[in-house]
Amino acid sequence: MLLKTINTVALPTLLFGVLIAVWSTVSIEIPGFPTPMETWNELLVVLSDPLYDNGAGDQGIALQLMSSLKRVFGGFALAIAVGIPVGLLIGMSKMAQTAINPYIQILKPVSPLAWLPLALFVFKDVDMTAIFVIFITSIWPIIINTALGVRSVSEDYLNVAKVLQLSAFEKVFQIILPVAVPFIFTGMRLSLGIAWLVIVAAEMLTGGLGIGFWIWDEYNNLNYSHIIIGIILIGVVGYILDTIMGLIADYFDYRKRGRV
Amino acid sequence: MSAKPFLKIDHVDKVFPLGKGKEYVALRDVKLEIRENEIVSIIGHSGCGKSTILNLIAGLDTISNGVILLEDREINAPGPERAVVFQNHSLLPWLTVYQNIEMAVKKVRDDLNPKEVKEHVMKYIELVNLDHAKDKYPGEISGGMKQRVGIARALSIEPKVLLMDEPFGALDSLTRANLQDHLMRIQMQTGNTVIIITHDVDEAVLLSDRVIMMTNGPEATIGEILEVNLPRPRERLTLQHNEEYLRCRGAIVEFLYSKFAKHDD
Ligand SMILES: Nc1ncnc2c1ncn2[C@@H]1O[C@H](COP(=O)(O)OP(=O)(O)O)[C@@H](O)[C@H]1O
Ligand SMILES: [Mg+2]
Repeated sequence: MLLKTINTVALPTLLFGVLIAVWSTVSIEIPGFPTPMETWNELLVVLSDPLYDNGAGDQGIALQLMSSLKRVFGGFALAIAVGIPVGLLIGMSKMAQTAINPYIQILKPVSPLAWLPLALFVFKDVDMTAIFVIFITSIWPIIINTALGVRSVSEDYLNVAKVLQLSAFEKVFQIILPVAVPFIFTGMRLSLGIAWLVIVAAEMLTGGLGIGFWIWDEYNNLNYSHIIIGIILIGVVGYILDTIMGLIADYFDYRKRGRV
Repeated sequence: MSAKPFLKIDHVDKVFPLGKGKEYVALRDVKLEIRENEIVSIIGHSGCGKSTILNLIAGLDTISNGVILLEDREINAPGPERAVVFQNHSLLPWLTVYQNIEMAVKKVRDDLNPKEVKEHVMKYIELVNLDHAKDKYPGEISGGMKQRVGIARALSIEPKVLLMDEPFGALDSLTRANLQDHLMRIQMQTGNTVIIITHDVDEAVLLSDRVIMMTNGPEATIGEILEVNLPRPRERLTLQHNEEYLRCRGAIVEFLYSKFAKHDD
């Protein structure tokens, strides 16, 4: 009991203290580095009016986060819409797998920043560029995990489909998707994580709006406490996104509904 | 008991290509005629080709040479007139007991309206005494119950032939005995033709009208066919010391462990 209290309360508190101590030391050593207290006060200021809107480039933190999230979900939705069918195809057809796999392997490791100039040149639009870059970097886990899910459908289930003479369509919806859905959600969760990583970098370069832009803007304004606030908020939002995805994934996972 | 040949396996070979021009001849010249309403078991050492034969009849695998006829029609694809009960039940874990059977019924019996579908599904759930578990998921019921659902699903599509690949092999012996009795009772009610694969000598004698004994592979074929002349319904208790039972048992043991003994597994 005592040990449990130490584990859940004492240790995190201790760690927090250490963190603050290190931070304070850094802020003493580096002139101009915001102290924890300054940052805390600034955070209250920033959060006190998160929705103000003084036109382009000067908006409250909630609006900045919202515009980042919009782009993230735009690119993410596109990645789902394309990634799941492609993953199903690769999983079900050896031929498609052989044809498409080399491109996946080559494109997967490309940094989002490498796509950015090309996308800017093609779309000449900040939103479209951000959405495309998120799409192209977050689609891979969805494709790969969907294909993995399809391939994990056991031969027995496929034999059931054969004996009942299910059509290809029925086979996909009644046999393959139920098995693959948990895998697909794993892919989507990874994908959303990547998307949230990518948006910050993309917005720093494209400018305009969004949390990435905001951080870079505050850097140019020499407003360093806001950079730290930005980092914390990005972390918190990322954590929330991941948790929500995890809950949705569990909901659709037949293995996690107290059944096995 | 001489009826028209219902299912005819006619000089069937099965050759598995192994790649690099090599091949494995699993079955050579298998000939067998099965009558309607008959229960036939196929027994042989592991790896001799029992599942291979069953898969050919089911249409899950292709015949290399020869032909299999069901009521004079050639078999070359799977179909609901030949239902399969797999060794590992192969129920869909995301569907309840009811839904597993319903899915099969809906697909095969598109002439039924929703009410009739429900009645039909319930009829087969009751046939295997699983009313109380109909809303459970496969993960929530025992192995024996799962296998009963598998049997109910197979029977619910009212197949001409019920193919069973070591259906009780994974179960403990008490559950197995229970399901054997169950299967015999159901078969007397429904009159299905049943082909059951087993490696259990007692199971073969107890269940079958005829026991098909297979030689060892490669090029496995039917070695002997044994008629089991025991009246039905059969009672496992009274059979213990029945002469015919012991004769059949002895013949199979002799075949498996003397004539075609296998020492490598
Ligand atoms: N797809 C396959 N490719 C090559 N060999 C196979 C294949 N399927 C089965 N075999 C071989 O055919 C033989 C018979 O297999 P099987 O019918 O599964 O035996 P069992 O009597 O145990 O059911 C075995 O030696 C097995 O290795
Ligand atoms: Mg087998």
